[in-house]
Amino acid sequence: MQQLIEVARQLLTDKVVDVVIGYEQGAFGVRPAFISDVASCAQLIFDNRCVHNLVSYLSPRRTHLAHFQRKAIVAKGCDIRAIAALVREGQLKREQIIIIAPRCGGVGRNASLNKPQQLEVNTVAPRCANCTVREPRAASAKDTAEHKEILADYVVGEVQAPPPIAVDRDARINALDAMSIQERWQYWQGELERCIRCHACREVCPTCFCVQCLADKTQPQWIESSPHARGNLMWQFNRMMHQAGRCVDCGECERACPVGIPLSLLVGKMAKVVKERFDYQVSSDPTVPTPIGTYNQEDKQEFIL
Amino acid sequence: MSTSPAPQIDAPRSGSAPTNFEPRIIAYVCNWCTYTGADLAGTSRLPMAANVRIVRFPCTGRIDPIFIMKAFERGADGVIVSGCHPADCHYNAGNYHARRRFAVARELMIFLGIDPARITFAWVSASEGNKWAELVNETTERLRAIGPFKDYQALRS
Repeated sequence: MQQLIEVARQLLTDKVVDVVIGYEQGAFGVRPAFISDVASCAQLIFDNRCVHNLVSYLSPRRTHLAHFQRKAIVAKGCDIRAIAALVREGQLKREQIIIIAPRCGGVGRNASLNKPQQLEVNTVAPRCANCTVREPRAASAKDTAEHKEILADYVVGEVQAPPPIAVDRDARINALDAMSIQERWQYWQGELERCIRCHACREVCPTCFCVQCLADKTQPQWIESSPHARGNLMWQFNRMMHQAGRCVDCGECERACPVGIPLSLLVGKMAKVVKERFDYQVSSDPTVPTPIGTYNQEDKQEFIL
Repeated sequence: MSTSPAPQIDAPRSGSAPTNFEPRIIAYVCNWCTYTGADLAGTSRLPMAANVRIVRFPCTGRIDPIFIMKAFERGADGVIVSGCHPADCHYNAGNYHARRRFAVARELMIFLGIDPARITFAWVSASEGNKWAELVNETTERLRAIGPFKDYQALRS
């Protein structure tokens, strides 16, 4: 943590950046922090409650951070993939940001605990299962031209022990796939019934970057805005169509959902579809095109007559 | 589209018993191939079910999958999506892009519990009037068997 604070202090003192986006202790657990003066750097923390994906603050949709010219961000290895997603889609330039990547031992689902606790199978965030990016790599002089992946500018913190592996989400998706069409309809209607259309799933998402969302358009109104079954289904359908091949699977939508809709099953299914059909996998390489933004003449078309 | 509850797609006839159910089918077609192909089917006087209403698009690349959902929302029982064969697109690659999108949308709809038999994806060229007529008849037959999409129509709005 000391290392993190020192890096932030240095960046702000040297005026390399105007703001450091990180985590701090709030009244209820950990919350995002926007540090723009050297004195406040000591507030920065990183522990296993820091589950938030702060990259959503880098999205151009976040106009309240626009007055900061240069930003540094505390990004876990998994969050760096979200930065890559924004760079891939032309929403951000790598040079615009400084990445401070903490070594991560997994994060919990609950950011609102007053102090970090030992992670258990039922408290660890689902995205930490089989994570391969807990040890972020810093860019070195050798990496320049041909290295395509987004690497950290600073890697901070101690090497951490791996977290316990959480419940297997694929098994839940497979169980849904095994149901009949009618059963799946009933299942999703039951889940979406609780939706209050707060759009937290959109607000928290780093790859939801449209300046005007289709859900906010009323002329014509493609997505009914009242929290009723028809609009709820249309909203998640539209969100998933936009997220297919964009989603970096950080699971923030599910965490932010105040009524506990299992949104990670939807994004997980989308990830499976783009993997199987287009051989696309989330990575921190921004030069790989998004599967929906490109095509292959040999794409499978078994469903088209 | 307005928010008022009224605009349902009017039924060919208002049969309530399943025996004389006539499906309402919306066809999203591309201007250059399928629309012309459907035109050919018409001028060739091919017998076709009268259940299909065509919406013409410049290209399949313009057909957002949300249109399919909207058709169901407004009371359609089935949807046909059709455009130029691969390598025939008037804009070179519109149908390739559309194909990827439709592939994802179809799997998403299946995952959400929408019967894929309600949606027909096809490539119909300008010279395939016969294929279009067959497609229309087959889809109508299939939907007569499946019945109205009551589940979607019953969703609260």
